[in-house]
Amino acid sequence: MSGYWSDILVGSKSLVTGLMITARQFFRPVVTENYPYEVPVMTELFRGHIELIGNEETGKPNCIVCMACQRACPSGCITLAGKKMEGDKKKTLTKYVLDFTKCSLCGSCVESCKFNALRFSKEYNLVSFNKDDFIIDLVKRLEDQN
Amino acid sequence: METSIWRPILYLVGIMAFAGLNAAYLGWCERKGAARIQRRVGPTEVGFAGLLQPLADGIKLMSKQLIVPQGVDGIIFRVAPVIAMIPAITSMVVIPFSGDIQGRAMELSVLLIFALASLSMIAVLLGGWASGNKYAIISSARAVSQNLAYEIPMLLTVIAIVMISGSMNLRDIAIDQQGGFWHWNIFRFENGHFLYMWIGFIIFFICSLAETNRAPFDMAEAESELVAGYMTEYGSMGFGLFMMGEYLNIVVGACLTVTLFLGGWDCPFGKTPGVWWFLLKIYVLIFTVIWVRWTYPRTQIYRLLNLSWKILIPFSLVNVLVTAALIKVF
Amino acid sequence: MTLPVELRHDETFVLNLGPQHPATHGVLRVKLTMDGEYIVKAEPVLGYVHRMHEKLAEVAPYAQFMPNTARMDYLHALAFNHGYALVVEKAAGIEVPERAEYIRVITVELNRIASHLLWWAAFLLDLGGFTPLLYAFDDREHVIDLLERITGSRLTYCYMRFGGVYNDIDDEFITGTRDFIKRLRSRMPSLYHDLVTHNIILIKRIKDIGFISAEQCRKYGATGPVARGSGIDYDVRKNEPFSVYPELDFDVPVYDECDSMARYMVRMDEMEQSLRIIEQALDKLPDGPVQAKVPKILKPEAGYYYSAVETARGSLGHRLVSDGGKNPYKLKLRSPTFSNLSLFGEVAEGMLLADALAFMGSLDLVIPEIDR
Repeated sequence: MSGYWSDILVGSKSLVTGLMITARQFFRPVVTENYPYEVPVMTELFRGHIELIGNEETGKPNCIVCMACQRACPSGCITLAGKKMEGDKKKTLTKYVLDFTKCSLCGSCVESCKFNALRFSKEYNLVSFNKDDFIIDLVKRLEDQN
Repeated sequence: METSIWRPILYLVGIMAFAGLNAAYLGWCERKGAARIQRRVGPTEVGFAGLLQPLADGIKLMSKQLIVPQGVDGIIFRVAPVIAMIPAITSMVVIPFSGDIQGRAMELSVLLIFALASLSMIAVLLGGWASGNKYAIISSARAVSQNLAYEIPMLLTVIAIVMISGSMNLRDIAIDQQGGFWHWNIFRFENGHFLYMWIGFIIFFICSLAETNRAPFDMAEAESELVAGYMTEYGSMGFGLFMMGEYLNIVVGACLTVTLFLGGWDCPFGKTPGVWWFLLKIYVLIFTVIWVRWTYPRTQIYRLLNLSWKILIPFSLVNVLVTAALIKVF
Repeated sequence: MTLPVELRHDETFVLNLGPQHPATHGVLRVKLTMDGEYIVKAEPVLGYVHRMHEKLAEVAPYAQFMPNTARMDYLHALAFNHGYALVVEKAAGIEVPERAEYIRVITVELNRIASHLLWWAAFLLDLGGFTPLLYAFDDREHVIDLLERITGSRLTYCYMRFGGVYNDIDDEFITGTRDFIKRLRSRMPSLYHDLVTHNIILIKRIKDIGFISAEQCRKYGATGPVARGSGIDYDVRKNEPFSVYPELDFDVPVYDECDSMARYMVRMDEMEQSLRIIEQALDKLPDGPVQAKVPKILKPEAGYYYSAVETARGSLGHRLVSDGGKNPYKLKLRSPTFSNLSLFGEVAEGMLLADALAFMGSLDLVIPEIDR
């Protein structure tokens, strides 16, 4: 019988405490971000999809087509090609296609790059009804950025 | 009582408007209140502070196709949401919003309201049964046993009030409490019931939560267990009517609590009684209902029955006996 | 507690709980044979998110399996990272710099707190309490922001590398973590314990529900908070020490009640212990490199290797078989939730549906980890 009364007393006390806590929270400021109006700032290391880094002077990609990123990729989402231009010592990048539908953003490609040619973009607003929108031509993207 | 034709029409329109507005905007209040408690903002997009959200939701629900799945009992399936609405709207007829705003001052209005309240449970039972869905049937079975268990303590506390007021007419009960908060049944200090009526008030409030299937007693629509309970198979306005019926039941419950315990339309300080006091009181109560919902986890069906049979019914029985004895003595 | 009700087996029906059901948190399907609201037989059906992770490990070089580890237990991804890194380091004989090991411990423990917070939120959601979810997510957001700053991702981390970590931590991370420790400690008593743990409705709901005896835990190989809630004092961090855990002082919370409440309390106390571990690790954090020199293509000697770590859900074992090639010959994962879920069928028998779901919530299931 003592359990009966203590349940009622302790129980009601705990219920009132709960109400008081939520009441206090009611008057506190909101903690959420009003998303489309307030856009979060991505941190420096944020991993969006990869993008090419252009040469500061010429704007041409730094990539020398060593294929390290393609080999490092666990999911095989990078396809790149290059050819040797006449008079150039290095190869020039002609095609760099990222299949973002398969990418798991592990960062192996960026890590494997020894020529400062790849980085993560800060893009996170990626949504589409069309799968082809995520097969991204990075050479074209770099040209658009310049 | 005059028998002009205008009176019923006026009240029909007025009560329908009141019911519709409440059903729509309590949804908005609930969402805003929940958001504030959880430190979010809630609806903001449709209209200023999301005030047109209920309208948008209503249009959406109405424009959707009413799907009647294969294998359901078609007629009952369609009728159940309507039955859910009717008792709530009908019981508003006898609620005295103020001294001169009332649909019909019936002698047995307390009885009428409880009879109608039981009817709304039948809608849940029919809806769940007709759906032919296992979750829905489990949910309706829960709702029925819950309502049966909670009607007893609720009626017992009301009996105590009826004994004090000596009337089963809600209007008379409210008039009996006029003249300041010390006359209200919850705080009353006369006729021999010495300040213990708040126990009855708490019992009544808990029971009205359980009767209206509100958290923490919302086992019937426990979405983590029964998906959406008896509403699982309903879409479009069928679902909408169930939702409206639920909110209206809350409003009726709050109106009843205010009339029985909190002095109806009486001003707490004995001045300027009127409909605004009544509305203020019911919305404070409704806000408490929302507040409670967003604070507690859900209870369990046999804990709920335990609470009713082991705590509420004995307490309300003692309440009736003590009240009767005190009335006899003084 | 199973209620003393005579079950009649002639009037039963089958209720398919899942594959899509709000309480299963993923695509688990439980085939329930019910008698009214009582469960006569419960049979978990697995395999809806099977993605052949163990096979995937065999077809790619060692390093390329790392991103997959985070996709199994997405709530405690760093522990899976850690476990895989440890077993490969053991196989290839790689020495990890001390600073890297400390950073691993700090991030793994932060991730454990995030995982427990999410479990707490989801558990309360199962029990019908909505508001605690948002409070827990508020705190979890801080952990995730901290981890995002150094790992670059928010949920499926790929942070560990063989012989170190991907990125060093900086002062801002350290102060941020210390602030978070203070914040969580100040919020714990009121928002977590007063609002929920001491709430009579919750206590009545989960106390004496879902009784798992220590015997059953051993029979099914349950580990982690499930075993510790049944009085088994077993924590891989203490009993088979790995990484720098032996140098840190922490307790293993053990409760003897064997019910859902005990498992709940174990996890709540573990969060506090994780905070302690992080605090000490931050104090002891040595200077130095965070990445050892590791050959580009790993070719561990042929042999069998095993290493275990403690994830938020229990003991995770990696058994690696190497044939001396650049791909693993076989990688077998012993994931904790699979064993913990195996209990469900036996324990749920005779329970009410609502109790069984509360019990399932207290097991802390992460379905992709069960199916792999």
